[in-house]
Amino acid sequence: MSVANAILQGVFLGAFYAVLACGLSIMFGVMRIINLAHGDLAVLGAYITFVIVDRLGLSPFVAFLIALPVMIALGYLLHLTILERSLRSGILTPLLATFGLSIVVQNLLLIIFSPDVHSLGRSAGSLTTASWQVASGLSVSALGILVLVVAVLVFGALQLVLSRTRLGWTMRATAEDAEAAELVGINSRGTYAWATALAVAIAALGGLFLGIRSVFDPVSGPTQLIFAFEAVVIGGMGSLWGTLLGGIALGVAQTLGAQLNPEFAVISGHLLFLVVLIARFGGGRMVLRVAR
Amino acid sequence: MKVARWTRTSRLFTGGTVVVAVLLASVPLVFDPDVVQKLTTLLILVLLAAMWNALAGYGGLLSVGQQAFIGIGAYGTVFFANNGVTPYLAMLFATVLAGVISLPISLFALRLRAAQFAIGMWVIAEVISILVRLDKNLGAGTGISLIQLNQYLPNFRQAYTFWLALAFAIVFIAALFFLLRSPLGTSLQAIRDDEDAARSLGVHVAARKRLLFVLAGFGCGAAGVLIVANTLFIEPGSVFSVQWSAYMIFMVLVGGLGTFEGPILGAIILFAILQTTVSQGGPWYLVGLGTTAALFALLLPRGLWGTIEARLGLRLLPVGYRVVEAKRAEPA
Repeated sequence: MSVANAILQGVFLGAFYAVLACGLSIMFGVMRIINLAHGDLAVLGAYITFVIVDRLGLSPFVAFLIALPVMIALGYLLHLTILERSLRSGILTPLLATFGLSIVVQNLLLIIFSPDVHSLGRSAGSLTTASWQVASGLSVSALGILVLVVAVLVFGALQLVLSRTRLGWTMRATAEDAEAAELVGINSRGTYAWATALAVAIAALGGLFLGIRSVFDPVSGPTQLIFAFEAVVIGGMGSLWGTLLGGIALGVAQTLGAQLNPEFAVISGHLLFLVVLIARFGGGRMVLRVAR
Repeated sequence: MKVARWTRTSRLFTGGTVVVAVLLASVPLVFDPDVVQKLTTLLILVLLAAMWNALAGYGGLLSVGQQAFIGIGAYGTVFFANNGVTPYLAMLFATVLAGVISLPISLFALRLRAAQFAIGMWVIAEVISILVRLDKNLGAGTGISLIQLNQYLPNFRQAYTFWLALAFAIVFIAALFFLLRSPLGTSLQAIRDDEDAARSLGVHVAARKRLLFVLAGFGCGAAGVLIVANTLFIEPGSVFSVQWSAYMIFMVLVGGLGTFEGPILGAIILFAILQTTVSQGGPWYLVGLGTTAALFALLLPRGLWGTIEARLGLRLLPVGYRVVEAKRAEPA
């Protein structure tokens, strides 16, 4: 039964990783770049939400809605200021530039908020503690359900956006072939900027869940980036629904590893990632794909 | 027209380098141990920058996980010393260990491209770091001292470590220098300039990259060895820290990615920054480092040295070729 419970908890944990990974997957799918500051932007979202909760005494969920436009604007600007230029100069430049950004964000957070850990858990109220015993040894937490439902909703909404809306069409067209898309009148610069804005907004949602689930500090970002990237790779780079499944696979690997020994949790996720990386290198076209 | 490698400047400078190496070797005889310790740090930075540049500048391999080899070098030294090997011999063993381990890692890592390689290497470093933390004999998460070095008097210890650092720096940079000047090196510079074009001309890109990867594995392992010899204490949190990658990226980007001399200049700049009071003042200087690295990547991708070299046509160490006008023979 404990194995079944571990798997169930792994699914909930994995849904959180999938939310973290979603934006990374979008940016890779559309622009073929990995933003190494993605985890730090998620943590930045958590801090902005924390400040609003702290100052206005709001619930973290309401505070997040206020933080959201800020994060969208930051994402849009991130593309126009840093990513756009880096895209023009080789495949290594976006990695180098966003790695620099990652260091800057971490240390600015360190300066503003000190190295202390923060949490949004307490202000989220009974949600973080409520749980039900569904069978002997099998428990379901309210927060776990919430994250899983939100994750499915986020991926479902993205599916709709990509398959039904004009923005989604331009994103997919630009992902397939940016020059051809330009020829038929698509502004790839704007499309990229919106893709980045969307990615950063969803990263902030991941930051919100991080803050409610546990604690964060200014240097939490790199770990979130690694987990997010692992989810993207395990699910297949460029595949949107694959990222959801990849996140869940990562979560289950971690909780099953923890079942053997609590110290094995993170390393079993890493090992799953490395195995998948070896098994599927070079495979697939790695362009943004959605279900028809 | 003919092709020349040496210029007058590069002859002078190469000769100068030999003189500088001899002068550096006499440093422990003249200066205080704390100066010697600081210069050891400088040599470690030079070595790290040169190795990261070998990977990224010539192989197009951007690794965020070279701290894996730093850690293997540092912990390998402690491991061998704890198992009865004389400390300085343990350091050689640990360097070789890092280089040997880099070979199986390369079989896997070199299949990955760009971001996959960068983060794949980072995860490998994390895995090795976790394995070290799980090992009680290596001090687990709290760190461990290289107590065996205490058998030497501090002044001698510092001098030996400095000479070892100088030897490592010279050996690895010379290895890279001769590698780049060999026919192999021509293919490496071709890969640097355009990987696909090089492949289409028959360059064995994978084999060349493996060579650089293993060289960097040895070199970063040597740097790890020197770090534990210089500080006598290591912990997984710092020796496996991604901050090493941040330093390497800063030094190489500022100095000049893919130039031979640039990373050395970058290392000297970082060393100078680390000596100032700003660096003790907390995270602001890291904000500065990150901003500078990003700005160089975006605005001055060839770095300081690459820009100087292009402006002045200057080349201090002859790793490339240049076309010169030959004196026309007078018609008889």
